[in-house]
Amino acid sequence: MNVLIFAEQIDGIFKKSTFEAISYGNDIAKKTGGQAIAAVLGLVDNAHLAELATYGADKIIHVNNDKLSAFVPESYAKVVAEIANNENASVLVISNTYTGKSIAGRVAAKLKAGIASGVISAPDTASGFKVRRGVFSGKAFADVNISSAIKVLAITPNTFDIKQDAKSADIAEISADLSDADFITNIVEVSRVTGKIPLTEAEVVVSGGRGLKGPENWHLIEDLANALGAAPACSKPVSDMHWRPHSEHVGQTGITIKPNLYIAVGISGAIQHLAGVSSSKVIVAINKDPEAPFFKAADYGIVGDAFEVMPKIIEAAKALKS
Amino acid sequence: MKILVCLSNVPDTTSKITFTDNNTKFNTAGVQFIINPYDELALTRALEITEKQGGTVTTITVGLPETEPSIRKGLAIGATDAVRVNAEATDAYFVAEQIAAYAKAEGFDLILTGREGIDYNSGQVAGLLGEMLGLPSVNVITSIEIENGIATMERDIDGGKEKVSCKLPLVASAQKELTEPRIPNMRGIMAARTKPLKVVEATGSEKTSATVAFDLPPAKGGVKLIAPEDAASLIGILHNDIKII
Ligand SMILES: Cc1cc2nc3c(=O)[nH]c(=O)nc-3n(C[C@H](O)[C@H](O)[C@H](O)COP(=O)(O)OP(=O)(O)OC[C@H]3O[C@@H](n4cnc5c(N)ncnc54)[C@H](O)[C@@H]3O)c2cc1C
Ligand SMILES: Nc1ncnc2c1ncn2[C@@H]1O[C@H](COP(=O)(O)O)[C@@H](O)[C@H]1O
Repeated sequence: MNVLIFAEQIDGIFKKSTFEAISYGNDIAKKTGGQAIAAVLGLVDNAHLAELATYGADKIIHVNNDKLSAFVPESYAKVVAEIANNENASVLVISNTYTGKSIAGRVAAKLKAGIASGVISAPDTASGFKVRRGVFSGKAFADVNISSAIKVLAITPNTFDIKQDAKSADIAEISADLSDADFITNIVEVSRVTGKIPLTEAEVVVSGGRGLKGPENWHLIEDLANALGAAPACSKPVSDMHWRPHSEHVGQTGITIKPNLYIAVGISGAIQHLAGVSSSKVIVAINKDPEAPFFKAADYGIVGDAFEVMPKIIEAAKALKS
Repeated sequence: MKILVCLSNVPDTTSKITFTDNNTKFNTAGVQFIINPYDELALTRALEITEKQGGTVTTITVGLPETEPSIRKGLAIGATDAVRVNAEATDAYFVAEQIAAYAKAEGFDLILTGREGIDYNSGQVAGLLGEMLGLPSVNVITSIEIENGIATMERDIDGGKEKVSCKLPLVASAQKELTEPRIPNMRGIMAARTKPLKVVEATGSEKTSATVAFDLPPAKGGVKLIAPEDAASLIGILHNDIKII
């Protein structure tokens, strides 16, 4: 099967999740005797394009149209679906990021393709085409069989390994045929916090709850996060009270994350909070109440006062990294 | 202004998730169902818009008769009328097709969905629907203002925010922050009883996917406690023993 991977980029730089998607797609292509084809939309230089080949892309299709410098889902979906058709792709791999999610459904509808999102397994092609995905905000998994000729998989970031598999891929530069009708949406302004790791992509997340008493104490979270190269997060009440921005709220009604390490400080561990974080590989809970429900979901726990415990941990983390 | 809000009926956030029939069916015994929280935000924002500018808010739900309490709740919150497509919502593609089939003939100015259903978390209905109707789709909006037929929205993007403007009609999906959910009052609840709830049959279309089994995450092995006075040793454990930092 030919596999088309949407190689998401920001300002000409590929994301870690893009390399995960390339490795994931390459595995499917190899198993089923097809090619792994990367589709890159927007301006990326050759040195960066070549990175995709080191993770297994057999072919790189670069659509360098000025108009694609702004991310407009209608136009992106149109171009990706066209490439899928031209390349005879039967599987499309897209990272389940905000960007990926914005186009996955549109691409699927264009190709009349069944779609699974939040995918956490390689497809089982023994009989049919089956993938596992997260459902009920991390409380369960579902095995989904996709029966359409073309399949769209939106894969969960930080789930699949990036594997070296250097190939001598051709870079095909193509131009897309886009008209004004493909750009009804007008991007007025983009504001990205630079130098900060998006929560969904962070390998380590340090999160604070109401136990921290107020925003003035958030240096405890930030200092540890900085020392570990982690992203900060928080519980729902913390963002509701505007101690922290809404974009940091994790849980069932916030962002669902699955970092390698989740450190929860002063968070009780309510079911709605756990739903969004319980897929983390290792969980550390710090809480002064030994009965806090978080300890049931955690791998490591410290029963103690965050104000006494955190400075020690921060100091040790700083010492480790220096 | 004619607005369509896609309402899904989902298990309450406190529900314990279990399965029956050899792990092939979600066990609804003892589970309380609610309007999907993001759809509640979409509905509330739609009402705020029509209250200011005039218009109607229709809700649409793809679901069997047991979804009607949530649909009535939507009417009690303030929707003008409701549509139920009488079919089990098996996957996002099917749901979007049903909603598109209904919306095609109606000429809505704005179609709002939630960011994702807290049950099946696909987050795909807005994009699918946009493409099926030939309309733009703007995902995860945290604000929307409409003036002279143009919607100005803010939306979440990876690592930041984006401001977009778009001519109506369009599809958008609601993210938290869009507004505060409204609670139905007594008058709303009374009025909801007599508001129109139309039931339509599903259009025949081939399913593109099917859930064949469910599974629960493996149980945790139990917490290893570190004494608070040895808190600093946590870093050593994470670095040396399990090599995660
Ligand atoms: C529909 C719905 C959706 C929801 N969605 C979410 C969601 O997505 N995410 C989410 O997080 N919540 C969500 N909630 C809220 C959830 O039910 C809890 O109320 C919330 O997670 C509690 O936040 P918390 O643990 O920070 O605060 P609390 O429950 O107040 O817990 C604070 C904890 O800090 C500990 N503590 C206090 N002082 C200290 C100290 N000095 N040192 C160490 N520990 C200390 C306490 O022992 C306690 O365990 C939702 C609720 C509903 C109804
Ligand atoms: N059965 C359904 N009926 C009506 N709308 C739905 C249904 N399922 C999902 N939706 C809408 O689509 C959004 C995204 O759902 P999903 O793509 O399933 O995560 C929800 O927030 C709803 O607005």
